[in-house]
Amino acid sequence: MSLKKVHDKQPDNFEFNKKNSEEIDIILKRYPKKNKKSAVMPLLYLAQKQNNNWIPLAAMKHIANLLSMPYISVYEIATFYSMYNLAPVGKHFIQVCTTTPCLLRGADKIVKLCKEKISPKENEISKKGDCSWVEVECLGACVSAPMIQINDDYYEDLDEKNTSEILESLINEKPLKPGSYRGRKNTSPEKKFFTNGEKHA
Amino acid sequence: MEKNMLKEENKIFKNLYNEYGWRINDSIKRDDWKNTGSIISKGREWIINEIKTSELRGRGGAGFSTGLKWSFAPKEIGSRPHYLVINADESEPGTCKDRDIIRFEPQKLIEGCLIAGYAVNAHVCYIYIRGEYLNEGKRLQEAINQAYEKKFLGKNACGSGWDFDIHIHYGAGAYICGEETALLESMEGNKGQPRLKPPFPALVGLYGCPTIVNNVETIAVVPTILRRGGKWFASMGKPKNTGSKIFCISGNVNAPCNVEEEMGVPLKELIEKHAGGVVGGWDNLQAVIPGGSSMPLLPKKICDTITMDFDSLIENKSGLGTAGIVVINKQQDIVACMARIARFYKHESCGQCTPCREGSGWMWRILDRVAKRKATYSDVNLLEDVTKQIEGHTICAFGEGSAWPVQGLLRHFKEEIDSRCREEPLVKKKINNPYLVDQHLLENKNA
Amino acid sequence: MPKITINGKEIDFEKGMTVLQACELADVEIPRFCYHEKLSIAGNCRMCLVEMEKSAKPIASCAMPAAEGMNIKTNTQMVEKARKGVMEFLLANHPLDCPVCDQGGECDLQDQSLYYGVDKSRFVENKRQVKEKYMGPLIKTQMTRCIHCTRCVRFATEVAGVPEIGAIGRGENMEITTYLEKSMESELSANVIDLCPVGALTSKPYAFEARPWELKKTESIDVMDSVGSNIRVDTYNWEVKRILPRLNNEINEEWISDKTRYSCDGLLKQRLDVPYIKKNNKLYKSSWDEALELISKKFQEINPDEIAGHIGDMVGLENALAFKKLFNFIGSKNLEFREKKFYLNSDEKMNYIFNSSIQGIEESDLILLIGTNPRHEATMLNARIRKTYVRKKVPIYSIGDPGELTYDYQIIGKKTDDILKIIKKENDFSKKLLSSKKPIIIIGESALELKSGEYIFEEIKKFLKQNNFITKDWNALNVLVQNASTVGLADLKIFPNEKSDYTFFDKLNGGKFKFLYLLGSDNLEIKKTNEFVIYQGSHGDRGAEIADLILPSAAYTEQNSLYENLEGRVQECRKASYPIGESKEDWKIFNSIIKKLDQNNKNFKFELLREEVKEKIQNFTEINELPEKTLANIKDIKCEFISEKILIKPLDYYYSNSISRASKTMSECRQINQTVRKTG
Ligand SMILES: Cc1cc2nc3c(=O)[nH]c(=O)nc-3n(C[C@H](O)[C@H](O)[C@H](O)COP(=O)(O)O)c2cc1C
Ligand code: SF4
Ligand code: FES
Repeated sequence: MSLKKVHDKQPDNFEFNKKNSEEIDIILKRYPKKNKKSAVMPLLYLAQKQNNNWIPLAAMKHIANLLSMPYISVYEIATFYSMYNLAPVGKHFIQVCTTTPCLLRGADKIVKLCKEKISPKENEISKKGDCSWVEVECLGACVSAPMIQINDDYYEDLDEKNTSEILESLINEKPLKPGSYRGRKNTSPEKKFFTNGEKHA
Repeated sequence: MEKNMLKEENKIFKNLYNEYGWRINDSIKRDDWKNTGSIISKGREWIINEIKTSELRGRGGAGFSTGLKWSFAPKEIGSRPHYLVINADESEPGTCKDRDIIRFEPQKLIEGCLIAGYAVNAHVCYIYIRGEYLNEGKRLQEAINQAYEKKFLGKNACGSGWDFDIHIHYGAGAYICGEETALLESMEGNKGQPRLKPPFPALVGLYGCPTIVNNVETIAVVPTILRRGGKWFASMGKPKNTGSKIFCISGNVNAPCNVEEEMGVPLKELIEKHAGGVVGGWDNLQAVIPGGSSMPLLPKKICDTITMDFDSLIENKSGLGTAGIVVINKQQDIVACMARIARFYKHESCGQCTPCREGSGWMWRILDRVAKRKATYSDVNLLEDVTKQIEGHTICAFGEGSAWPVQGLLRHFKEEIDSRCREEPLVKKKINNPYLVDQHLLENKNA
Repeated sequence: MPKITINGKEIDFEKGMTVLQACELADVEIPRFCYHEKLSIAGNCRMCLVEMEKSAKPIASCAMPAAEGMNIKTNTQMVEKARKGVMEFLLANHPLDCPVCDQGGECDLQDQSLYYGVDKSRFVENKRQVKEKYMGPLIKTQMTRCIHCTRCVRFATEVAGVPEIGAIGRGENMEITTYLEKSMESELSANVIDLCPVGALTSKPYAFEARPWELKKTESIDVMDSVGSNIRVDTYNWEVKRILPRLNNEINEEWISDKTRYSCDGLLKQRLDVPYIKKNNKLYKSSWDEALELISKKFQEINPDEIAGHIGDMVGLENALAFKKLFNFIGSKNLEFREKKFYLNSDEKMNYIFNSSIQGIEESDLILLIGTNPRHEATMLNARIRKTYVRKKVPIYSIGDPGELTYDYQIIGKKTDDILKIIKKENDFSKKLLSSKKPIIIIGESALELKSGEYIFEEIKKFLKQNNFITKDWNALNVLVQNASTVGLADLKIFPNEKSDYTFFDKLNGGKFKFLYLLGSDNLEIKKTNEFVIYQGSHGDRGAEIADLILPSAAYTEQNSLYENLEGRVQECRKASYPIGESKEDWKIFNSIIKKLDQNNKNFKFELLREEVKEKIQNFTEINELPEKTLANIKDIKCEFISEKILIKPLDYYYSNSISRASKTMSECRQINQTVRKTG
């Protein structure tokens, strides 16, 4: 990832909608009054949710004013954390974990599938189905590798076949079920795969 | 069963896979929130002593004595409030244990927060959870709400006379925010850049107030320890490396999984009993990263006999870290695997201090060249120097975290690396690095 | 005192010092990039690593508090390795373009790389390239050279009080930028150029002008406002190439304002280089002889009572004294230096100076501004207020609305009545004031200009005296004058009949003068009818526009002279270059005039003028020192209170004097500032 680029087409204005404004009131209550700056991350997140999963400059400015922070600080924060998108992403936003534990179990094959089915380049919106994908660092589900995150949900224990199906479903707007694709109970050991290791000495 | 295997009755996280339900009523059946009020009524000193007796060491990576850490919090609340902050940033590659605690054993964590909060004089607790764990965070919030409904939290929490509130704060994708002071910076609404120490958070932490930061697992085992006694916990594992621990076994094993085991369990047993063995059999093992990506890998020879606890891993120049075990078998290109880890550190460096900012990318670039067989022997010496120039020279332990895995590779796989290198000149012609004169001159086409 | 051992030598140190500072005490030099005495500690460059006994890792000495019994070593292999390592990392992505870099010759990175024996890095990969950033008309950026020390970020946030520079992105992609690449909205912005240890931020106006070793350096003082910032004037072939700050902790610390630094291109523009005489409404070049002839004719023709002299904002004291002597000689008492009517009680020095002193601001526990915008009127003094605000959260109040300052303040009223309420202890604020220990009351010219200027000033003074706020230890009474010449000229009593009343203005407005001699005076409002006007000065500005005769004289960088700053501190401005063309130093011109009028008269000698100036300065102690402290005399107030609104007159900051108005750089700044204000 190189430095995040700010999108060149920016809306002029940004206001939080009513629901989010109420949410903000709740968020602000979590922090001491004089430390309302603490709310900058949750607010950026809300702004991103409200604006089709990316944060326009106007939203940063709006948040800066809300929290009495310098614009540059909000901008710094928005560029520091990798979950903030500063340019549009697909409605179905696929994040592929490619860090070593996932790599060991075939994350590269998943990347290949994304290139084939979604778009050859990262962060490029697919011709069909409003999807985009990006490689990310460890998502914290290593024992369920390889795995991807689509919007908020984790899809785990993947292989080429079921990833391919997942991507097809996404493109065709079919419903999906998050979780393990090998049908195991969460992160439990699958006895059926045991090769009776004790015998190897 | 061998003597080192954890007995079922000693398991702390009985619902690790959600076989029995995560809701508060289910977890009460598993003894959560039993006698919490009376535990608290025994007082701070008793609690801290009991934790010291248990010899519990932090589960977040550094393995610092939890009882000792709590005792650093000022004994009385002064003009500044105290805070308890739970580190649920879990971003160390190979680690995914806190996620399961949050999803399936949230009441253990919440109860632990109350007790720990009381022990360190904090009325407010923040749980900093990595932004990607959105669903887990929602689950945790639900669990917190359930605890409030039962009056386990809030005013006079659990009848203890102690007021206690828990809030969740989401991260937004930055591994460095797992470092405790970066985490506090992030919570305060800044970039997650680690602070200079001293002062330490126990005295000057969140909002400049005394703050104790602990890992999710550390806190989640506290109620059980206090119910069953520090001695009980200390009776498992070995001295100074006591109790049980969740191990995350990933990579080239037949059945990757999270599993709670006794400290000091032999690595080989762990892999074979719980994770279905190495893909292709134990003899097909190449190396194991024993404690999350920051810990130097161990070659098969050491893996044959090593036991999984803080001290024996340190003896072997590695560490237990987060107990995220990444198994690498012989079908893998070990250099490429480690180059990918180096890329992770390059990506996650906060950029604040020089050695880490400049060094992490440098290591990755060299390793990447080694992996692609484009490096020279002198590159490899240079790589070693770079790791040494980072190690010990940075603001936070990220520097070590990025340098150690590379050092581990150089230590145990030097031959493999050398076999990919070439002699000098071949490469000299190569790496098309333009001699940067001046940027505006470069942009000027006819310059 | 606690003790610390450094390289085997035990020394005493003061509590609160860092290891790095203790090392400096022990004369042990520690290399550094991010550390800067006047900024908060970042500890991010890691160049200052030293070995500490019992610590396995080297420690960052800039960030580690020194403690009793510490044993520090800076000359071990561990330290050397650490430094070399950091150096190599810094050079890894730093371009090797010293020959074309404006920082060349004064680059910390260049110096230290030589000293620590690492002049290149083994880094063979492609170097990072960073896009240049726009940071306004003063700062040229070359961000590829940036070493991420964050000094500029900390300066903008902490000292300038405009958090507009930041480091975006992270890791090796971190970049320093202003928000959306706007220019920094600060009068102190260019200080980041000095702070930047490498050539990432360099001076745009000075780009490729000269190399540091080619320059002649003259220590001097600034005259753009009344603060008297200490500066260094760098000249090349007698051309002023740049102006840099000189450290003076009592005045400007290490900073100067952008106006002080960058008005210097105005020294080459619109200069008056020969005398001019107006004939038929057109100015013609003339010779000095012709000009002197005309002057002496006018002096002889016109009744001395109808001759008046006005001294401008940047005139030095020896020149002013010589001017006064000329007027004595011809028998005129119509002298003035104020540009508008404002109350100035010249009876004792305390009445027109900043008594608490600039450094004293740091001790204050409450600050009240009355009719002043220190940010524009005395930028460096304002920086000290901000520093105190940042360090101690000192509460700041204002009567009148000064607009945007660089700290939070509370407006407690906008009328003269609000001052009355304080004095009568009728409002909440008086309680706060009375319970403070070291308050500072700053009265600006906008307040003294009011009809009740006298009433306000004298009542406040009386109130402060009665409540023990004017003592030998602390004097809360402060007047903030705007011009570099004001305090000194008040000491020289450049007033009609040596009395600081408004006679001059009344006569001027009543058309009583037939002959007006303007000495460097460009800001006086004159409705010219048919007076004969002489303008003597360096620039063809407002004064020259209305003149019938123009005498070219030297600018402040071209003559030696004393000035008194707003604290009443006498400082020396030094000649760094020669007067342009046929222009001369002011006092020499007066010499020639007197010679012309009377062959027998003796010439003034500069040394004697200076001696006399020192004698005339009230409470003078020594050059560069504060004046002697006195206790207040209270005078009976004869005037009436009038209820008036206090309007703080906005200052056209970048255009406040003839030099800055001639400066291209200043006019660029002004334009950008205006558009920023309009567009937000
Ligand atoms: C780069 C870095 C990343 C870290 N990430 C985590 C993390 O994700 N979770 C965690 O609990 N601790 C993490 N730590 C360790 C914390 O700094 C801290 O030691 C820990 O939260 C203390 O809790 P414990 O005493 O309960 O282990 C990290 C440390 C470093 C240097
Ligand atoms: S631009 Fe200069 S002052 Fe700013 S961070 Fe970079 S090197 Fe430091
Ligand atoms: S001077 Fe100490 S870290 Fe930079």
